[in-house]
Amino acid sequence: MCGIYQNGIAHFFYLKDRQSISLSGFLEETIAAKMGIALAKKEMITYNRKRVNVKAGWRRLFMGMVQTERLVYEYEKRDEEGNVIGMSRAIDGVDIDVKEGQFIAILGHNGSGKSTLAKHMNAILVPTEGTMWVDGKDTKDPENLWEVRQSAGMVFQNPDNQIIGTVVEEDVGFGPENLGVPTDEIWSRVEESLKAVGMIEYRHHSPNKLSGGQKQRVAIAGVVAMEPKCIVLDEPTAMLDPVGRKEVLKTVQKLREKKHVTVILITHYMEEVVDADQVYVMDHGHVVMKGSPREVFAQVDKLKEYRLDVPQVTVLSDLLRKKGLEIPAGILKKEELVDAICRLN
Amino acid sequence: MSIKLEHLNYVYSQGTAYEKHALKDICLEIPHGEFVGLIGHTGSGKSTLIQHLNGLVKATSGALYYEGRNIYEEGYPMRELRNQVGLVFQYPEHQLFEVDVMTDVCFGPKNQGLSPEECKARALEALKLVGLKEKYYKASPFELSGGQKRRVAIAGVLAMRPKVLVLDEPTAGLDPKGRDDILDQIAYLHKQSDLTVILVSHSMEDIARYADRIIVMNKGQVQYNGKPVEVFAHYKELEKIGLAAPQVTYIMHDLKEQGLDVKTNITTIEEAAEEIMHALEKRK
Repeated sequence: MCGIYQNGIAHFFYLKDRQSISLSGFLEETIAAKMGIALAKKEMITYNRKRVNVKAGWRRLFMGMVQTERLVYEYEKRDEEGNVIGMSRAIDGVDIDVKEGQFIAILGHNGSGKSTLAKHMNAILVPTEGTMWVDGKDTKDPENLWEVRQSAGMVFQNPDNQIIGTVVEEDVGFGPENLGVPTDEIWSRVEESLKAVGMIEYRHHSPNKLSGGQKQRVAIAGVVAMEPKCIVLDEPTAMLDPVGRKEVLKTVQKLREKKHVTVILITHYMEEVVDADQVYVMDHGHVVMKGSPREVFAQVDKLKEYRLDVPQVTVLSDLLRKKGLEIPAGILKKEELVDAICRLN
Repeated sequence: MSIKLEHLNYVYSQGTAYEKHALKDICLEIPHGEFVGLIGHTGSGKSTLIQHLNGLVKATSGALYYEGRNIYEEGYPMRELRNQVGLVFQYPEHQLFEVDVMTDVCFGPKNQGLSPEECKARALEALKLVGLKEKYYKASPFELSGGQKRRVAIAGVLAMRPKVLVLDEPTAGLDPKGRDDILDQIAYLHKQSDLTVILVSHSMEDIARYADRIIVMNKGQVQYNGKPVEVFAHYKELEKIGLAAPQVTYIMHDLKEQGLDVKTNITTIEEAAEEIMHALEKRK
């Protein structure tokens, strides 16, 4: 048997009868992995009289949506006159691996490097050392720039800084228009993404008349309309009231379910993280903790060392346990705690 | 009595197409030495309201009394008012501009016309109060972390020795430790120096923990005004206007629904733990 990767699909042939099967995504990973090892030795091969980069192909197939290898980002420190007085490492040897469709949360105190990391995900910054791949594409390669930016969309903290249109639907259409999407399709995308974030009835409104949560949902719709595979949200709820915060998180959850978008959420609110598949904690440019929310939030003291916290429910559960109640460790949701208390007797 | 608002109205861009009635008939009293939490959804009028407190924005109608005197009467010493009511805006670190931390904090007192020595003494005092380490005093404010910058900005207001400190979301965007540090420091100042504090926040947990009284704004009006337990008892109504109760309040309501005999007027973790223990013991 032999394999080849082309146009995002891995083709496998039985050499005898040239019968081929196609694999897209992560189906039959084991066969593919074995083939991968065999093929990795050759970088380019000819397929259908075209030269195909095998390595890049395999990388794309097996790699996560966002992956880094020993990522380092350094910037120059300058004095008042603008002379370079030294280098500072904002990110120092970070390895992360985010699979397609996952919900990943990144926690860390102010200045821990999480926003710098996020800016690498759509090539606003490129690594000083190491590599970052987004959807299998190396962000350092200028040729990949537009593809990378189309794969990973960003939503920032302050909705006022990212809304430019004077009418909601125009703002949402701005992204796809810049990508050169045909007009008819722009409109269908605008409609679809506004529906996805629950803002379709505001399509003719002016963005500045909306609440913070609504503005942030419009900003998310603007990203969704570019049809990214991955959305990076950098503290999207920091400026919102409690209901606005809930709206945004619900929207993100819905996008994951309906469009299978990969979500990377950076936040200071521990409660927003409990549904994540994986949590990364950053400190001084390093990833210092990694695991499921339950694993991470079980280590209250360690988190406090990194200037972080745990959800209120978890604090209350811990307190009750210390007072002698038999409540399991690692409670993250209020339903779990209520359940545990009601079971006592 | 320190601040009193009587039938205060404010209309933006009156007479134009953009006219908006931002504050409607506000009547409030904030006694001296109180720690008040001001909450409301985005666009509810909180920020507009606090800008009235030191006369930055002039009410369209109504009166605002500071220490018994209407600040809108002719010849009122506005400068004096601004020295006494210190306002810390959202993202105050954006307003840092001097070459080093010390000079930045001195800017306020310098404008009050104090001597350089007095300015420096006050700046030192303020920087100590916000808990900034001495090694940063000569650093450029732009080299500091987000939390440190914000402390410097708050110190800049404290150096003017205000009697009332108004903070508009002082913890937005800070990590949990930075959040707790700043709020603990403010609570400490409040106790130490009898400072009146008006805290605007979107975190119901923070408000429940620190405030003596909560004022809830909705559509330019005061919807609730009372002790945290009283205000958060209206959690269903609060949700309708973009707010919520602290997470523990919801837990207590759920427990009650499940048949555990607990009080639901609980707003902090410590109270909740005690009440749950108490209820469980009663059941035995």
